Amino acid sequence: MNTTWAPAEQPESFAFDDESEAEIVNVLKKYPEERKASAVMPLLYIAQRQMGRVTGSAWIPLVAMDDIARRLEMAPIRVYEVASFYTMFNTKPIGRYHLQVCTTTPCWLRGSDVVTEACRKATGIHHFGETSADGLFTLTEVECLGACANAPILQVDDDYYEDMDGPRTEALIADLRAGRKPEAGPAINRMCSAPEGGRKTLLETSVSSPDQK
Amino acid sequence: MLQDKDRIFTNLYGQDDWRLPAARKRGDWENTAAIIAKGRDAVVAEMKASGLRGRGGAGFPTGLKWSFMPKKSDGRPHYLVINGDESEPGTCKDREVMRHEPHKLIESAMIASFAMGAHASYIYIRGEFCREAERLQAAIDEAYEAGLLGKNAAGSGWDFDFRIHRGAGAYICGEETALLESLEGKKGQPRMKPPFPAGAGLYGCPTTVNNVESIAVTSTIMRRGAAWFSGLGRPNNAGTKLMAISGHVNTPCVFEEELGVPLKEIIEKHGGGVRGGWDNLLAVIPGGCSVPVLPKSICETVLMDYDSLRAERSGLGTACMIVMDKSTDIIEAIARFSKFFKHESCGQCTPCREGTGWMMRMMNRMVQGTAEIEEIDLLEQVTKQVEGHTICALGDAAAWPIQGLIRHFRPEMEARIRQYKAAHGGTGLVQVPAGGVPVAAE
Repeated sequence: MNTTWAPAEQPESFAFDDESEAEIVNVLKKYPEERKASAVMPLLYIAQRQMGRVTGSAWIPLVAMDDIARRLEMAPIRVYEVASFYTMFNTKPIGRYHLQVCTTTPCWLRGSDVVTEACRKATGIHHFGETSADGLFTLTEVECLGACANAPILQVDDDYYEDMDGPRTEALIADLRAGRKPEAGPAINRMCSAPEGGRKTLLETSVSSPDQK
Repeated sequence: MLQDKDRIFTNLYGQDDWRLPAARKRGDWENTAAIIAKGRDAVVAEMKASGLRGRGGAGFPTGLKWSFMPKKSDGRPHYLVINGDESEPGTCKDREVMRHEPHKLIESAMIASFAMGAHASYIYIRGEFCREAERLQAAIDEAYEAGLLGKNAAGSGWDFDFRIHRGAGAYICGEETALLESLEGKKGQPRMKPPFPAGAGLYGCPTTVNNVESIAVTSTIMRRGAAWFSGLGRPNNAGTKLMAISGHVNTPCVFEEELGVPLKEIIEKHGGGVRGGWDNLLAVIPGGCSVPVLPKSICETVLMDYDSLRAERSGLGTACMIVMDKSTDIIEAIARFSKFFKHESCGQCTPCREGTGWMMRMMNRMVQGTAEIEEIDLLEQVTKQVEGHTICALGDAAAWPIQGLIRHFRPEMEARIRQYKAAHGGTGLVQVPAGGVPVAAE
């Protein structure tokens, strides 16, 4: 895999807060007692989310990995290995908003180059992997996000913004900059992954209470 | 073409509510205990009779796979692991099941687990599907609260627990043994087989790994019967299938369709036609990026099912097609896949780790035209040296798109090289043909 393993300036200490501790209790219940190591990915996520919540930069410092290793009775290297293998674990600080542009063929066919360009223009970032000078945005090129019928996709943190183009991307980034997070999902006239302009199948199903989210 | 009355995923677009009361109205969780009461062998027999083949790409008969699980436990627990690591470029169907039909999936998982003697099931969802995992978790919580999961699940007498495990951005975890490694808290690197998961899978226990869609259709097949399911589609290619169209069509979308319908009809009906009309079509990749590309001439007549596409030396894969019109630089489109596989190779086997890099770099030169004509053969040789020489199928998946490109678009590749030489000079300069360079090869 291709995660950059470049431990940045590391904090001296890390402690899970109450919110995280509560999540950890739930996670540990999922796996057999003697198979605690299974919880390593969920715990890395919890650490990363807490860093995002507390510091505004969602990444995992080494001290957090060491803590996870202790809790799960794993050698620290086994945790480092996992953290560096999977691309969604950030092993160095990132911006407040993580802009992830899918550039794999289905998105590329529908204009991901334009989306990338709009991200560059609106954030002032020149290359993938960089963070904007104001620390607000990190731009990452990602591989297929698995929402190809809604291409091109721009993922911001955990949300998919679908059917993007240049102007929509710039408007989205302007919103984020102003502290607003617009609703995720398709940007054009369609319901989730149904065809634009109305669905062509399932026309007779009853609609009991539409769920737009 | 499939009629609405025969659709399994009736809330595919989320036009109706996903929660339990609405799911019950659509028929989910209706007397599940009666299905369980038929017994384990009867469920497996029904699934075998339905002709369902794995919906994750390989097309292995699902009922047969279930029958590989030990009939009696030797003390080790059995596991069903559901593969929701949907990451194959072009593929976006399981996402709709997880977010819009979560109860169909949970109920089906329970029936399937019972059929293989498993009291616990994990679903491995790709990390990026964060909202989908949240949705599914909310449905799981509802099901526990309603007594549909846990001890004596749905009053069936069978104890069943269902849990989510999230991935974190590694395509390779869609390979079943890499998925199991990841679930055990390790790097997602595939295991040697044998032992197969049915003998020693998760935590060394008997395990079956199935795609989300293969599992999710179970409850409907059990209710409507194997005969109904196998009556749809064609012999050996039974049933309905979730499909998707992306790329250069007027209305990209996800939909459920019968197997064995002509590809052209599907593109016209669901995709709203190729952008600029059918004659503007260049090529279609029929089932996710690892299956070889088909030029327009084949797309005219080929049927969307396992055997028809195989006969054209491609494959159904995940049945999520990528459509490309004549404006597409087909060499660059395939080169992007080479970059994808290079990025996603787990690095365990040398032919794949080194070969994907080789193939990517050669493909990049093919895009520019900075190559010799003979190197097209060399590139094909490299793909053959990777294919079949690795622990898992990622090496094969990286080789096939390039082989498809060379098979159908060699004249384009040669033209690109000639074009570059004509513009920039170079050794072995080849004359550009008098009528100009052929642009589209059909």
